[in-house]
Amino acid sequence: MAQLVAVIASTHHPFYYRASTATGQDRPPFADEWVRKIEAFRATLTRARPDVLVMVGSDHFHQLWLDNMPQFLVGKAPTYDANWYNEEREFGLPRMVLPGQEDLSAYVLREGLDAGFDLAFSNELRIDHSITCPIITLRPQADLPIVPIYTNIFAPPLPQPRRFVQLGQTLRQLIESWPSQQRVAVIGTGHLSLELGGPRQFGAHGPDPEFDRRAVEWIGTGDLEKALAEVTLESLHLPGNATHGFMDFMLMMGIAGEGNRADHVDTLDLFHTMEAYFTWYPNGLDGGSS
Amino acid sequence: MSKYLLNKFLFTVDRDPELVERYREQPRETVTWWEAQEANRLLNCVTAEASTWLAFDDTEREALATHDYPALFDLGAHPFLTLTLFIALFERDHDMPLGFQLEYASRLADRTLPYPDIST
Repeated sequence: MAQLVAVIASTHHPFYYRASTATGQDRPPFADEWVRKIEAFRATLTRARPDVLVMVGSDHFHQLWLDNMPQFLVGKAPTYDANWYNEEREFGLPRMVLPGQEDLSAYVLREGLDAGFDLAFSNELRIDHSITCPIITLRPQADLPIVPIYTNIFAPPLPQPRRFVQLGQTLRQLIESWPSQQRVAVIGTGHLSLELGGPRQFGAHGPDPEFDRRAVEWIGTGDLEKALAEVTLESLHLPGNATHGFMDFMLMMGIAGEGNRADHVDTLDLFHTMEAYFTWYPNGLDGGSS
Repeated sequence: MSKYLLNKFLFTVDRDPELVERYREQPRETVTWWEAQEANRLLNCVTAEASTWLAFDDTEREALATHDYPALFDLGAHPFLTLTLFIALFERDHDMPLGFQLEYASRLADRTLPYPDIST
């Protein structure tokens, strides 16, 4: 059976690419510290020696639209083109091409349906910065095949937070039962408190540092019970109007497992958001060797 | 209200560089053209199979025609779509990094929770 060698959760800041590649007067003062943190985070994936990456993200109204919006969608394609004109325009992100792992996509779809998730699928999915940002930060050579999984975190009605956790728990079961000798890492990105298109955006810190502090504690300690007790679809509006992306962190907590402390926890307080980085080794670094 | 159609306008303009420029320079004319020609186009379908019933109300049409993004916020347009498109329209007019985003926040500063419902 396949081995789940790393579970990685992070924010996906689209300005990292531009900040980390900027030079001279264009380089922001926080860039060097940001790069150091990202390189330490990247090493946590490199050490796990994955063969394939399951990537959890959310389409930002690039390909998926309100005429036919899936709640959970699995990409099943041999190749994924990536990034869009308006991401190039706004964030300076490069166009990318990533290989797919269709066998694992097919397995997740078949077994996921049978496990009770009515998963949508796409044979032609152009992915966006929710997945390319962690490729840029964690695997910049972009050499590993991926299985993209999109969740709906911003086009109401949304699934309940518990459903994200359940999907994470199911994904772990599916990966660990995949009849393959491959080493699988799961990388998912979401948000802590975040406001976009509202009065609290781009402040000195994220819109709700207290929420961020509690959220980092829940994720880092695997405290699913407290996270589920304190978070609802309604309450997630309070820390910022884009904070529903936190449910992708909850999905990753479902994969990492109740009560499991992250092996790597780091944060970076940027001027308008708290960046956060978590890695778990489900079988330990040595236990995952093949 | 037709929040879906507001979002469809923002979505389709934001992904097309020529339309972004056209909407920046001639907002009212672009909204008039778009409503007549594009509002009922099914995005994943041949043009012959268009819808027949989608239209803005007067308030929505005026908000789009005047680039009034605080009004779009109040009408329940999706804030991510509004922000992204209006950055494309107006960020270039600011010297300071993120200047438009800060102006956007400032113009909405008197809005308080709960925000308008963005469900479509």
